[in-house]
Amino acid sequence: MAALRTASRLAAPTRSFWRPSFAARSYATITENSSYDTSASRPPVSPSKTSTVEEPKPDKDARIKTFHIYRWNPDEPTSKPRMQTYTLDLNKTGPMMLDALIRIKNEVDPTLTFRRSCREGICGSCAMNIDGVNTLACLCRIPTNTAKETRIYPLPHTYVVKDLVPDLTHFYKQYKSIKPFLQRDTPSPDGKENRQSPAERKKLDGLYECILCACCSTSCPSYWWNSDQYLGPAILLQSYRWLADSRDERKAERKEALENSMSLYRCHTILNCSRTCPKGLNPAKAIAEIKKSMSFA
Amino acid sequence: MSVNVFSRRALQATTRRLAAANPSTFSKTPLSRLPAPVAVAMGQHIQYRPAATTQISSSAAEEILASQRRHRPISPHLAIYRPQITWYLSGLHRITGATLSGAIYVFGAAYLVAPMFGWHLESASLAASFASLPILVKIGLKALVAFPFTFHSFNGLRHLVWDTGATITNKQVIITGWTVVGLSALTALGFTFL
Repeated sequence: MAALRTASRLAAPTRSFWRPSFAARSYATITENSSYDTSASRPPVSPSKTSTVEEPKPDKDARIKTFHIYRWNPDEPTSKPRMQTYTLDLNKTGPMMLDALIRIKNEVDPTLTFRRSCREGICGSCAMNIDGVNTLACLCRIPTNTAKETRIYPLPHTYVVKDLVPDLTHFYKQYKSIKPFLQRDTPSPDGKENRQSPAERKKLDGLYECILCACCSTSCPSYWWNSDQYLGPAILLQSYRWLADSRDERKAERKEALENSMSLYRCHTILNCSRTCPKGLNPAKAIAEIKKSMSFA
Repeated sequence: MSVNVFSRRALQATTRRLAAANPSTFSKTPLSRLPAPVAVAMGQHIQYRPAATTQISSSAAEEILASQRRHRPISPHLAIYRPQITWYLSGLHRITGATLSGAIYVFGAAYLVAPMFGWHLESASLAASFASLPILVKIGLKALVAFPFTFHSFNGLRHLVWDTGATITNKQVIITGWTVVGLSALTALGFTFL
């Protein structure tokens, strides 16, 4: 149903004049007779129709690279999102996409908004869609081919807070819903820590490294259409991290919570998640393992 | 000591209230151009933003926030995501599956009601009408049926293997993906010219 809704939203004209206003979707209009298009799916204005912000200090031997960056300002809620073009000299810019964004913010346009923190791929703040693929801006090199223009969008099919900042509230709520902590009823035999054998610990490799940057979840078409109920690859990887933990004693309850048509089984093995993971993890494999353990339990 | 602190606080509070009440005249007085330590001591270092605010209940504030959030756009997705073998083949698998099953339902239903309407959908008459088509249309029609069938079959095997937890690494997915495309194209050509 949700897929149908989204598909029809894509196919529908942005403002229809034959549809009476009472039949229109009410969630994205300011007033009933609004002349603005504030539907959630309004596409960004193409870069050819927006201004270009040039490199501030061009040299003779400058290597000028063009960046088209998605902009939307919540202070003007009726405005359309737009693709703003910036040009930068790569000789004066660091090697990574995040360096380019920070340089734009520092030297060219302080209104550009994005999340960043650690600049070394451990915090997951700067997850965004760069050249069509979700990745961390701090781990993504700027292609040195200056003929090719780079496009930067927020994580796909997320509500935009501002510019490149997506609203991940629901994502975090979903994470909370799987109870991502050790659940035990019996105390450890010697009253000290709960011990694991090296072999049991090894099962958690490739699971515990996830930084919850949401790259994989927002690369999944199934999650695009059903994010309200489907948990998505990142959360399911974490779910499997607790199912695979030898110390956890609530595996039955954890599986019970996934036993419905939406939470887990909206995974149709599209495998965009593993393809895009900036940390090189394999959420698709984890989901396949959960499905297997559910059917042979 | 404490008296001194109290009196300074009182002075700060008064000047602040004065400034808030009448910022324009206050900024013209020499008080506003005091040297830095004095200005800090008197609360002159605090920025005032001339924005009017009104007190509203928290439920009204929630409502405003909710109505603002309703105008947020959804970031672009299908149109901007890079074409990759993973999601393109998955989409094609679904499309071919829907097409094939839709076609069989339509044909089955038509076959069922054919006697009522006097249609001739028996194999012999279908074969005869197909034989009368021009050669290019024949090839096109056969390829159009053969490719979805072969692709859906081979890719279905790939999905079944994935459900056992095997061959889910990026490299294997890419290799098996292109293998399926090649195999299904070849067998579809084979069926077309059979």
